[in-house]
Amino acid sequence: MSRIWETPGGIHPPANKRQSLSLPIDYPELPERLVVPLDQHGGRPCRACVEVGQQVLKGELIGVVDGPLGAAVHAPSSGTVTAIEPRPAGHLSGRPARCIEIAIDGLERWTSRQRVADYCQMSAPQLVDRIAQSGIAGLGGGGFPTATKLTTSGHPPIATLIVNATECEPYVTADESLMRERADEIIQGIDILAHIHGNRARMVIGIEQSKPEALAALRTACAKSAVEIVEIPRKYPSGGERQLIYALTGKQLPSGEIPANIGVLCINVATVYAIKRAVIDGEPLISRVVTVTGGACATQRNYQALIGTPIKHLLRHSGVNNNRLNQLIMGGSISGFKLPSDEVPVVKTSYCILAPDIDEFAPAPPERACIRCGRCAEVCPASLLPQQLLWHAKAANHQQLEEHNLFDCIECGACSYVCPSHIPLVDYYRAGKVHLDAARQVKSNAAQARQRFEFHQLRLARLEREQSLRRAARRSAAVPSNAPRAPVARLSSADIIADAQNRAASKQPTVEQTLDKLQRNISMLQNRLELAEQRLVAASDDTLNKQNSLRAAVEGARQKLQRAEQRLTEQAHG
Amino acid sequence: MGELSAVSAYLSTSAVLLGLTLMCGALIGSAWALFPADRDRRIVHIDDLLPQTQCGQCGHPGCRPYAEAIADGQPINRCPPGGQATIDALAELLGVESLALDPEHGTENSEISVAYIREDECIGCTKCIQACPVDAIVGAAKLMHTVIVDQCTGCDLCVEPCPVDCIDMLPAPINGGRGLASSALLAKSSILAHRNAGQAQRELP
Amino acid sequence: MMSPASSLAHSGQSTDNIMHWVLLATLPGGLALTWQFGWGVPLNVLLCSLCALACEAMALRLRGRPVGFHLRDCSALVTAVFLGLALPPLVPWWLVAIACSCSIIIAKQLYGGLGNNPCNPAMVGYATVLLCFPEEMSRWLTPQALLPEDLYQPGLWQSIHLVIGGGDLIDGITGATPLEVLKHKTGLMIEQVYASEPVFYRASWAGAGWEWVNLGFLAGGLLLLRKGIFSWHAPLMMLVSLSLMALFYWDAGSSASHGSPLFHLFSGASMMGAFFILTDPVSSATSIRGKLIYGAMIGVLVFTIRSWGDYPDALAFAILLANFAAPTIDRYAAPRAFGHSAQRNGVPPKEDQ
Repeated sequence: MSRIWETPGGIHPPANKRQSLSLPIDYPELPERLVVPLDQHGGRPCRACVEVGQQVLKGELIGVVDGPLGAAVHAPSSGTVTAIEPRPAGHLSGRPARCIEIAIDGLERWTSRQRVADYCQMSAPQLVDRIAQSGIAGLGGGGFPTATKLTTSGHPPIATLIVNATECEPYVTADESLMRERADEIIQGIDILAHIHGNRARMVIGIEQSKPEALAALRTACAKSAVEIVEIPRKYPSGGERQLIYALTGKQLPSGEIPANIGVLCINVATVYAIKRAVIDGEPLISRVVTVTGGACATQRNYQALIGTPIKHLLRHSGVNNNRLNQLIMGGSISGFKLPSDEVPVVKTSYCILAPDIDEFAPAPPERACIRCGRCAEVCPASLLPQQLLWHAKAANHQQLEEHNLFDCIECGACSYVCPSHIPLVDYYRAGKVHLDAARQVKSNAAQARQRFEFHQLRLARLEREQSLRRAARRSAAVPSNAPRAPVARLSSADIIADAQNRAASKQPTVEQTLDKLQRNISMLQNRLELAEQRLVAASDDTLNKQNSLRAAVEGARQKLQRAEQRLTEQAHG
Repeated sequence: MGELSAVSAYLSTSAVLLGLTLMCGALIGSAWALFPADRDRRIVHIDDLLPQTQCGQCGHPGCRPYAEAIADGQPINRCPPGGQATIDALAELLGVESLALDPEHGTENSEISVAYIREDECIGCTKCIQACPVDAIVGAAKLMHTVIVDQCTGCDLCVEPCPVDCIDMLPAPINGGRGLASSALLAKSSILAHRNAGQAQRELP
Repeated sequence: MMSPASSLAHSGQSTDNIMHWVLLATLPGGLALTWQFGWGVPLNVLLCSLCALACEAMALRLRGRPVGFHLRDCSALVTAVFLGLALPPLVPWWLVAIACSCSIIIAKQLYGGLGNNPCNPAMVGYATVLLCFPEEMSRWLTPQALLPEDLYQPGLWQSIHLVIGGGDLIDGITGATPLEVLKHKTGLMIEQVYASEPVFYRASWAGAGWEWVNLGFLAGGLLLLRKGIFSWHAPLMMLVSLSLMALFYWDAGSSASHGSPLFHLFSGASMMGAFFILTDPVSSATSIRGKLIYGAMIGVLVFTIRSWGDYPDALAFAILLANFAAPTIDRYAAPRAFGHSAQRNGVPPKEDQ
């Protein structure tokens, strides 16, 4: 039995997992339409590589990675692309995301799947590439592209490969049901990961003691394998990456670093399963196990749901009683967040949909003043001082927020859970992080602008210097100091003046030329005025600001036109 | 005799104290003259607080020149892009009383905008390129110009010189927090959201 | 706009609940006080409560805050009950009113109400009247345990009469507290004091009457500990450091001795302070290490002021001094954040340039 290190803090909320574990994983019938967001991972959203009206096959690439930290998006089923537009998304920010809508034909026609009989024949980069092609991103909620995580360069060799099977959050049983039913495939996935890292790493599955069936299934599956199974005591949030690494290895991941820097790789168990499906069965990540639970559901169970399935569809399948439902939660009861609507689709990071009965959670009483009782500090898994953070977050004191390590907060919600004053601490921290991030951004942008301005000034100064040097050089070349000055001297001053007048007269445009130029100018300005007015009319349904600026443009064009016309009349009369 | 010595002791003590006071006063008063290096450091600190828009609305050709002017005693309330927040920060830094923004130099704009060139109308005159204080416009003579949105500080200086009026100041995009303008906007909106939440909580029952 | 989520599931513990438990836990100590000192104690508590609620309601109204919502958190009532139990029984009503308004208006609401006061409000009120009205504040009654068979504490009507300012206390009913007796022992050995003073020789172990009061507060405190209302760190450290100080200066009970650890633990406001005043979360240190330091500091201060200061009991001053120190303690005793090699809370990082 391996040693387990005890992590700081933590809470023991009611698990509420039994409800959704009584039935096996179900395959719900296909919905009519799938809405697949292009933004399901850490980096920039994917770029759609299909067009509206295009036929797609199941597993076909529809969104390509655009920039670092992206994960490709595939069509979860065959059908026709009907729209590519922003839709409400199951994201914390509540901001709509660009989605591809597919009207599915129900035929489930696959693209060609390349199965691999023996992945051991493939090299590590080939396997990582295959995982990248399959669009796998952390299914435990992080959404970090797995291929990026698996790259073997840029850090010390991986000594410990941790499979995160803790699933400590109440209500969530997606991973547990997966382990109960598909333990063999999970072990195969671990073997693939071990192969990528040269079969040298210690392989550990970290799992909470409270999952005896899953434990038994895993034990049977890895009887002949070198995979170690370590049971850790039930505590929320034991499944936090930093917490689990510490519990299993005794190493505290330094703040701001990634596990690979200390030779550890930590991957969620569902992701491992997805890796197996991708490598051996050639299936990209197009579906995942989702727990649909909560008192408002007639049947609470896990579904193997296609990515993009509207939540409404799953809820209908679970016989949700809309009269007993007043909120929808993405995630578990502690770190989950409220969904804006039930149109939101299942994405790669959705592990649980919680549809609680009205009476299941008492509505949060109004927030009271913090009495600094310190309970939050006792349960904080990152050993922060949440009460101080709250104080500074309310005061928007950036320096203190940073010095109290706000960015080490993993937003687990343990502090909010115990707060006797019912302060939504995590919301304050999230706002504080956005705030702090923005302040940092403003600062770095200002520094950049300053640098560019200084360079601009420098450049102007240099140009001027060069110009004056050139002028001086020309002057000295034109008048060599030792050359006889006679020719210049011979010209009388009257000659010079006449010469200059001649030059000026030859440059002076005739009245016709001037008029012509002004005419042209006016016609151009008229064109522009028309164009601007057209644009203003076209933008009538646009935002007020844009309209205002367009209106200003029209006005500006009109004024210029008037000035030009005035000058024309002056010229014509004068 | 005793009385006399008491009076002289009183007088001498007063004289010494007065002397000390005057000396300290003179020292503090002449500190600027005695430690000229501090001026440069002050300018750097002041410049750090200015928004680096380089818009020149303060009457100086950029933020750094205004910082120098502030260090030499000019009023701190002439920066409309920085707004009240910048004035407050400057007041705190310099230990002076905060002022309201001087309306002669412009008004604080809650919406942050950046410049856009209507590219099909641009005649390629390069006038805006010369006007841009941060070199955020690219292009060549007689060829179309465009604004590097992420580098645009929204200073407005390119709008006036354009002979064909093809530059619009439009609200900055919020794309993942890139760009000066968008992040400032994000900061403002999150403060607002935060305050509103607090307000709602307070007003509850 | 982010959707608030972090308050979906909750442990069920609430601030109101905590305050109710604290009020409940003062019962044993309060009953012991009443038993020993008569109607003056409940009268104090009642007067304080009325005055505190009135002051709080007025201050909240002036500050434009919802009055009912904030009154319902019971924090004003808790302050009032502490103050009522700390004041000597049968003090005039105006003294109670001054103490109470100082507590609620000056020490609490002027700083921004619950959660923002740097000092314990009850102790601010107590210290104010102790400094301003030393005569009234040092007039403690003789505990019931020491009264002759036929003499009783004043009855309810007489007590009310006394409090609203009619007449003086009967001689023989006021007397020195054990702490005062020991302070003015003038060169006697502890044993001699114990043998000569009824407050000691008629006591069971620490001082007639007071030992029962302290035991009552200890019982209440243990109840709160068991309910998890506060952690054991600060009270335990205070009691331990007080005992250690007493042990260190015990001097085998010589004429220079300042009393035994047991005596100090069960005299004056030791237990009430340790379990009810020290544990006020708002004004105390908040981290675990901070609480240990805070408790220890108060224990040392209590003994120091009792032994060498002008006041026989010292809890109010010790707590106020420690309140001032609490932010600094918190700043330097903060835990090392997970994944950091050194503690940096509130301490600016060194600049690289």
